[in-house]
Amino acid sequence: MTTEFSNVRQRPWYLHPHLNSQALYVFAALVILVAAISVVSSAFLTTGNLLNISKNFAYIGIASLGVTLVIITAGIDLSVGSVMALTAIVTSLLFRATAEWPTAAVPGLTLAICVTAGLALAAFVGTVNGLLIARLGLSPFVTTLGTLSICRGLGYVITEGRGVIVTGPDVSIFYAITDGTLLGIPTPLLFLLALAVWMGVFLHQTAWGRYVFAIGGNERAASLTGVPVERVKVSIYVASSLMAGFAGILMAGWLGSVPANLAFGYELRIIAAAVIGGANLSGGAGGPAGAVIGAALIEVIRNGLVLSRVSAYWQDTLVGLIIILAVLVDRLRERRAS
Amino acid sequence: MSLLELHGICKSFGAIQALTDVSLEVEPGEVVGLMGDNGAGKSTLVKIVAGNFPPTSGTSAVDGRPVEFHRPVDARSIGIEVVYQELALADNLTAAANVFLGRELRRRFGPFGFLDHRAMNRRASALFAELKSETRAGDLVRQMSGGQRQAVAIARTRLAQARLILMDEPTAAISVRQVAEVLDLIRRLRDSGIAIILISHRMPDVFAVADRVVVLRRGRKVADKPVASSSPEEVTGLITGALEAA
Repeated sequence: MTTEFSNVRQRPWYLHPHLNSQALYVFAALVILVAAISVVSSAFLTTGNLLNISKNFAYIGIASLGVTLVIITAGIDLSVGSVMALTAIVTSLLFRATAEWPTAAVPGLTLAICVTAGLALAAFVGTVNGLLIARLGLSPFVTTLGTLSICRGLGYVITEGRGVIVTGPDVSIFYAITDGTLLGIPTPLLFLLALAVWMGVFLHQTAWGRYVFAIGGNERAASLTGVPVERVKVSIYVASSLMAGFAGILMAGWLGSVPANLAFGYELRIIAAAVIGGANLSGGAGGPAGAVIGAALIEVIRNGLVLSRVSAYWQDTLVGLIIILAVLVDRLRERRAS
Repeated sequence: MSLLELHGICKSFGAIQALTDVSLEVEPGEVVGLMGDNGAGKSTLVKIVAGNFPPTSGTSAVDGRPVEFHRPVDARSIGIEVVYQELALADNLTAAANVFLGRELRRRFGPFGFLDHRAMNRRASALFAELKSETRAGDLVRQMSGGQRQAVAIARTRLAQARLILMDEPTAAISVRQVAEVLDLIRRLRDSGIAIILISHRMPDVFAVADRVVVLRRGRKVADKPVASSSPEEVTGLITGALEAA
């Protein structure tokens, strides 16, 4: 018997099931939900609203891609929300600090410097997470809970709790890249799709990607067979922080200013998106399509409730129900497969 | 000339003397059953041969040339492979992915290397066919029987062109039919000239496939004789200490 959808399978690359079955199930739920909401609210299927939704879930989706990588190795990264905020804060502060530098004369150079510095900080946080977890064997949950608090705290310290307005020599380029459109599609959505495709290729077509799955499936086996477990794990936590940091920078462009409490509590939505999309917290399963579709599902629910004039307070309750439902479906599907 | 020659191997962990003056020779194409009670030193001996740690004293030679292993890679590089008791397979990957784990075949595109799924599946299928196992390269290991898992683990060693395979309890915790399958696998490896050290608690399995039986008791070798001139009763006595030596 062969399974219909598995993580690693011989197929021509264009037929490769990056959509594992859980992602397909959730996609079906998404389609049904979209149809149902469009019946209730005529405003839902308008171009404006769809663009709005796609932009909103792009930030969660990008961070969710990174967290999915971590979850596949049977880890967890709770620090993503705080890393989004800290990266956005540092990048915007650098914009202002470097405004007087001679580099401001070259268009785009200030932007490149600030974004690189912001992402370097995110990568540093990821490296710390990764080394503590992979080398010292600390629990991923506790370690990243710690960095969650550290990064959030540092954000408040740096800003003294105030917001940072995004302004500087390259600010128009910054907005064009982070909050513009290309062929009518919002750039955050394009970044999300590009990163998702990259991640699909990485996970299924490279040895490093295969090691990510192997570590999640059986870490001891992976290390016995010579997989560089420690380096793979560190790289995965760095990737998670980088994606979160990048999503934070995109959010800064969207909002035009970075409140000190940017993305507060987002880690739960980000992890929820990954889990709804089929990432298994016990490791070994998950993929980019799931993360993207999971993030979309959460945003469609939120948006749909608003348009249906349901009290906003119901949003979290419903998202929670969806999470449990998704895990149930995942379990039933697994049971049927075995 | 012996494939593997251990001479006067001792190993102590602090105050504990795990192995005392153990010597052992293994010929190509020979199956040696290594038996002993829990704590007799079987695992320690296997780990020394596999390069997990060096002995406290004693010498090893492969093909008559002295060797020193400090890491598993050292042993692997001269053709000594281990099939671990828990098999060291990743359930969520396919048979082919497990066979090639850590040594994936790649196609290069400029600076990037992409997995060559087709080549790995083809090669893995060929290995399974060679082992006459009904294991399909594209199946997930999760869905496989114990015997098929053994075949995947053994195919890994074939890929490495192993000359000596250490098998740690390959027949523990699998069904009777699967045991027969694994014993067949061992015979086929032997027929192709590979030497096997079979660590097992199961007397019938050792007597079914081994040419020689080696018994360890409290870190000492108490017997090393052809299976044909021994008996399960004698080996039981040697393991428990009812018989001093043979």
